[in-house]
Amino acid sequence: MKTKVAIIGAGISGASIARVLSRYENLEVHLIEKAPDVGWGVSKANTALIHGGYDDDPEKYPTRAKLCIRGNRLWHQWVKELEIPHVWNGALIVATKDEDFDELERLLERGRKNGVPEMRIVDRDELFHLEPNLTREAIGALWVPIVGQIGPIPAVIAITENAVANGVKTHLETEVTGIKVENGEVKGVETNNGFIEADIVINAAGLYADKIARMAGIDYFEIHPRKGEYWIFDDDVPGPKRVLFPTPTPISKGIVVTTEISGHLMIGPNAQDLPPEEKENLATTKEGLEQVWEGAKKLWPQLPPRSKVIRTFAGLRPEPTGGDFIIKAEEEVWGFINVAGIRSPGLTSAPAIAYEVAEIIERDLGIELKEKEKWNPYRKEISHFFMMTPEQVNEAVKKNPAYGKIVCRCNSVSEGDILEAIERMKFIGVKTPSVDSVKFRTKATTGTCQGSFCRPKIVQLLAKEYGVEPWEVTLKGKGSEIGIGDVKVLLRGDA
Amino acid sequence: MFPRIPMLSYDVVVIGGGPAGMAAAIRAKELGLKVLLLDENDYLGGILPQCIHPGFGLHYYKEELTGPEFASRLAKRLVELGVEYKTATRVLEIKNYSDLEKVVIFTSPSGAYQAWAKAVIYAAGARERHAFEIGIVGDRVSGIYTAGEAQTLMDIYGIMPGKEIVIVGSGDVGLIMARRFALEGAKVKAVVELMPYPGGLARNVMILRDFNIPLYLSHKVVEVRGKGRVERVKVVRVDENLNEIPGSEFWIEADTLIISAGLVPSVKKLKAIGVEIDPATGGPVVNDRLETSVPGIFVAGNSLLINDLVDYVAEQGELAAEGAKEFIENGGIESRKWVKVEKGENVRLLVPHYLSGDRDVYLYLRVSKPMEDVELRIPEIGKRMKLPVVKPAEMLRIKLRAEEIRKAKKLTVEVVKA
Repeated sequence: MKTKVAIIGAGISGASIARVLSRYENLEVHLIEKAPDVGWGVSKANTALIHGGYDDDPEKYPTRAKLCIRGNRLWHQWVKELEIPHVWNGALIVATKDEDFDELERLLERGRKNGVPEMRIVDRDELFHLEPNLTREAIGALWVPIVGQIGPIPAVIAITENAVANGVKTHLETEVTGIKVENGEVKGVETNNGFIEADIVINAAGLYADKIARMAGIDYFEIHPRKGEYWIFDDDVPGPKRVLFPTPTPISKGIVVTTEISGHLMIGPNAQDLPPEEKENLATTKEGLEQVWEGAKKLWPQLPPRSKVIRTFAGLRPEPTGGDFIIKAEEEVWGFINVAGIRSPGLTSAPAIAYEVAEIIERDLGIELKEKEKWNPYRKEISHFFMMTPEQVNEAVKKNPAYGKIVCRCNSVSEGDILEAIERMKFIGVKTPSVDSVKFRTKATTGTCQGSFCRPKIVQLLAKEYGVEPWEVTLKGKGSEIGIGDVKVLLRGDA
Repeated sequence: MFPRIPMLSYDVVVIGGGPAGMAAAIRAKELGLKVLLLDENDYLGGILPQCIHPGFGLHYYKEELTGPEFASRLAKRLVELGVEYKTATRVLEIKNYSDLEKVVIFTSPSGAYQAWAKAVIYAAGARERHAFEIGIVGDRVSGIYTAGEAQTLMDIYGIMPGKEIVIVGSGDVGLIMARRFALEGAKVKAVVELMPYPGGLARNVMILRDFNIPLYLSHKVVEVRGKGRVERVKVVRVDENLNEIPGSEFWIEADTLIISAGLVPSVKKLKAIGVEIDPATGGPVVNDRLETSVPGIFVAGNSLLINDLVDYVAEQGELAAEGAKEFIENGGIESRKWVKVEKGENVRLLVPHYLSGDRDVYLYLRVSKPMEDVELRIPEIGKRMKLPVVKPAEMLRIKLRAEEIRKAKKLTVEVVKA
């Protein structure tokens, strides 16, 4: 008989856990997500860094310190197996004052303790050799070559696709309303789509992990949102080759300046603590964005004119009571495992968190995990026109002319790419057609024009493939429909 | 070079099938050139097919047409002449091997091609500025569209975006969309204009009175809030230096925010081959044949500068084609000397930048601020033209004769009190 596992939350943690658990033949894994697609919570908006593992104090935050470096090493393997867009470009933690070197020495020492390889302090000459356009105030830096960047939502998508290919069942647009506990054991989760029986419930609910835990009667922690805001610039604006951090302060890693994987200069985040009830507050603010601008300017003085901004956004980190990740099987409720407070470096740690959970299942719940004879570690990335040579385009159009037709002109996304994305959406169970689902799989609408040319065309493709009226297609799930009806709807008085 | 993708060969490749590109292709064909026109939509016309309102063609065809009518006249002529064209294509790259050897690499549903040409006419139009570019903060919700996107949704695809509308920008596109929404039964709650005067042509500003739409001058939209969909937008008043006035904020409830904050010429592919860009127009620096700083690359229409009349766009297309013909025949555009045209007082932008004095030319220019009873002057040649009123919204087009141009080493155009 199989042990039934319900994972609440298809973010980077939940999806990674699903993938790792999909390896075992005696588990039946269900991945439950309230959003229409995977990766739309905390995982969606962050700095997209695979951190180096040098800055989490193993005394204060032992779980973070351990899982960050382990996660970094695992990502090197996962990005290859799953064809996740990534770059290993390294980070520079920049000193601008003599005192900063004391902190850099501390980070170096801590990094060594955490097992971070190849770190060293570079002097001014070498620093400007590495990064010529850095502020002239810079006097040296800590160089951490193992730092990298990935696409966080593309990563969640890739991991979920692989998990589903290995037998994981997804339940999207499924909101957990209760946890059934009997005689100190979990029995399953109640949802808006009915009851899902489970022997093990894994709470990877991001900002709502405290709420889910309380449903199981566990209330020793609270999650509050910490907001960070970002600017992204047009891809013709030059950015740094490496990830640039200021020397951290006790409260913050500071505002990062980086060229994110699709080639856009990105700056952010600041840190603003919000009350626990503001878990949906993803609004950007003038003050927050100005704070980021000022902070970034200190490292990168040649910020472009504001007219070169193509997007601003905000993300929320789930800050737990105590500050460390909470990853444990709860003793008072057998079968309930918390994966809570996965704030930064959560993206980095995710693969390590997943293995940690597998260990917890074996060690603490005493369930022996039996590996499948056949488990597929690989997943193929969808076609991206922008990565094809003209010769490859001509091969692709033989299969389907749509591969030769561009829909998103800024990022060269073809109709073929988009049709494939829609197929992949359906494969993991996306029920509501959303432009954002296509965007995160193809990069359409994320370029200079921000979708004003291609969004109407993507809406047509989604409407056709999902068999709905075009105005019913959403931007990002129900309540964000593209229109209110056909163009005569108001004159007829139907709306 | 891509030896394994099909190679085509032309005198001129025209990029863009809007009015500038079609007019250029037609003229080039009439001049006996072998021409290929490429456009990325499934149909020719550029943005004209979505512009279902009248106001097109008064100069060019001497009658008032709608956008689709204007486009179909050009398309009809194009087909009559047998101009070769491909729709659903996208130019990936322009390569400039030498003066008479250009390669345009493009993709299409039948695959990627390389088209060799002696000259290229670039008429790819413009893009609209969007909400992020004008500093609007708040929630990332549905219901925020550029004016052109809303127009595409309504007039190409038949989708009604929303019912309570706030429009940012009182330029022609914003005003026309205000009317469009009102005609379909939506409530246009405000047109919000940053400047102290409306940005559109006088005939379009009338729309606001006709449909009883409030216009907020010296105001800007600074924030959008909502869950899933726009619910309200925050408006603030600005002072004469365009700084926000604290305490003047107010909210307007609406489900749709339309951004009509101006157009930016699409020139990334030109920049990539080193074409010099004029920061004032956002388009290339050109001579009087509309040739860019890269020999044999010509530009016309909204890629050159943002026009307010399609008639001028088509005229520029023809001029670029004539330039291409001359370029191909002579192996380059030659001139005894180039006369630089400088911007003087109250001239915000001006095209073309260099004049040969070999031919009569039209200068296209915009003023920085509205003025009444002014004179346009070019002191070097003693030219003076009385103008009762000038506005940034209305592009001025003035003719200079070749012999006037030849008289001076440089020319300065200014618009000053008479």
